[in-house]
Amino acid sequence: MAMSAKSDKKPRFKYGSQASKDALSGYLYVAPFFILFLTFGIFPIFYNLYISLFSWKLFGAEPEFIGLQNYIWLLTDDPTFIKSVVNTFSIWIISTIPQLFIALVLAYVLNQGFVKMKDMFRMAIFMPFITSILAVTIIFNSLFSRDFGLINFILGTEGLDWENNNRFLTHVAIATMVNWRWIGYNTIIYMAGLQTIGKDLYEAATIDGANKIQQFFYITIPQLRPIILFTIIMSSIGGMSLFIEPLVFLDIRGGSANQGLTMFLYLYETAFGTKYNVGYSAAISWVMFVIVVLFALLNWFVTTKVIKD
Amino acid sequence: MKNRTGRFISYIFLIISSLVSVFPFYWMFVISTNSTAAANKFPPKIIPGNQFFENIQNAWQNADFVTALFNTLIVAGTITVSQLFFCSLAAFALARLEFKGRKLIFLLIVSTMLLPPASPIPLYMIVSKFDWINSLYAVIIPFLVGAFGVFLMKQFIESSIHPELIESAKMDGARNFQTYYQIVLPILKPGLATLAIITFMGVWNDFVWPSIVLKEQSVQTLQLAVRGLQNAYNRDTALIVTGAFITTLPLLAIFIPFSRQFIAGLAEGSVKG
Repeated sequence: MAMSAKSDKKPRFKYGSQASKDALSGYLYVAPFFILFLTFGIFPIFYNLYISLFSWKLFGAEPEFIGLQNYIWLLTDDPTFIKSVVNTFSIWIISTIPQLFIALVLAYVLNQGFVKMKDMFRMAIFMPFITSILAVTIIFNSLFSRDFGLINFILGTEGLDWENNNRFLTHVAIATMVNWRWIGYNTIIYMAGLQTIGKDLYEAATIDGANKIQQFFYITIPQLRPIILFTIIMSSIGGMSLFIEPLVFLDIRGGSANQGLTMFLYLYETAFGTKYNVGYSAAISWVMFVIVVLFALLNWFVTTKVIKD
Repeated sequence: MKNRTGRFISYIFLIISSLVSVFPFYWMFVISTNSTAAANKFPPKIIPGNQFFENIQNAWQNADFVTALFNTLIVAGTITVSQLFFCSLAAFALARLEFKGRKLIFLLIVSTMLLPPASPIPLYMIVSKFDWINSLYAVIIPFLVGAFGVFLMKQFIESSIHPELIESAKMDGARNFQTYYQIVLPILKPGLATLAIITFMGVWNDFVWPSIVLKEQSVQTLQLAVRGLQNAYNRDTALIVTGAFITTLPLLAIFIPFSRQFIAGLAEGSVKG
């Protein structure tokens, strides 16, 4: 980073000096961010911890302090929560892995010199990202429709009910929406990363007789390691907090048998569904927070182990 | 020979991926130009019909799109302008002013981007303490400045505005805010445009938080109007898809001409992190 002021004189904190003016402006200019972030970002997180120690209904009786009871119920006596955790991981696996792999291959192919009309392909592949999750889910609701859906027509599975037939199918449908919206975004990120890999590496590999597929696995993936790590962490965080797709595709319970209920949807339903139980919901969000952080760290660890330089 | 096969497979892969990406947009168009009765056929219809204006009219009668559009523009417009100003100002300080703790502050801001999305419940309770339920304040004020914007603007300033330029402005006796306003902002225009598109799109598409705090029709946004159609007329596919289509069209109109810049800007913000 450039240290411009050092070139002539060291900043000295004297009132009225340029250095003190710079410091004053500096703090003043970043202040709006911190005021908003403390009020609407940090404070709610700790307020949530406080709420989670109460039996607290949004409308109705006074909150009553119950200590860790919400957490004990959640972890020892709530099969619905366990189900939501399993659903979340199941959907995460079938959305993130194909999503990132396809994006990586697309970026690799789009980065090849012979490909014409790159801009057009890139724009088409990126287009899904601009649609709202609500619109995406509405479209796929209709594509996955049991009686008149195009997907059943293409697969020859007339009358197959993606919402209710079995849990795994529901997860596949939800993962499809996620993948459709995010593959292009990840492709763009990977393409930007590919530009930073030197051509000489590939040239040397070509001279050594490595074909394009070998180059992909032995040069591209290791070289892209930091960016792959970035996308994996981002999609861990995003995928663990997935809930709009099941909310719109199914309902606030994630379907009649909770087949699409995710952790975040469960905390949302507990607070805003019919129970208005914000105390319990706050406990879910803290347990979820821990799960997300641990899972992101685990993915970090696994990715750095698996992809070696 | 082998090379040719590889190229052929590559093109096939690109073409299929592009078609899969674009097809749902076309499908939206097909459904919103047909009546629900015509759309509900097996095998499904894949050619556009001529019911588009009927569907639009129908959607218009069943949801207050004018109010929703007006609200959405107020919310998205205010947030976008505010983000451009506050994020670029903070980024200017972090990139080009010397003060104690600058690096730590930047690190703090960036690390907030890695926080998992928090539960909306405490935020809801805070906002209701402020008495902002059913007020656009609830969806505007918490989002007036954001970590991503600060980060993106800092990247742009560091790559496009030379420290010497700032120094010479100071030598000429410019105050910091003058330097920001007269020198940084004009050079930062491409960066600001990128942030504007990203912010505007994000706010336009936001749905969950507005659905929690904006319950009355007079404060509804476009996404909420569409969601309302979906809740009320669950079976009327053509109506719902038409709603989704007309809220997506303006974004396509913004995205397609600016796609190069937008894509490059997004990549910039993500990769250098």
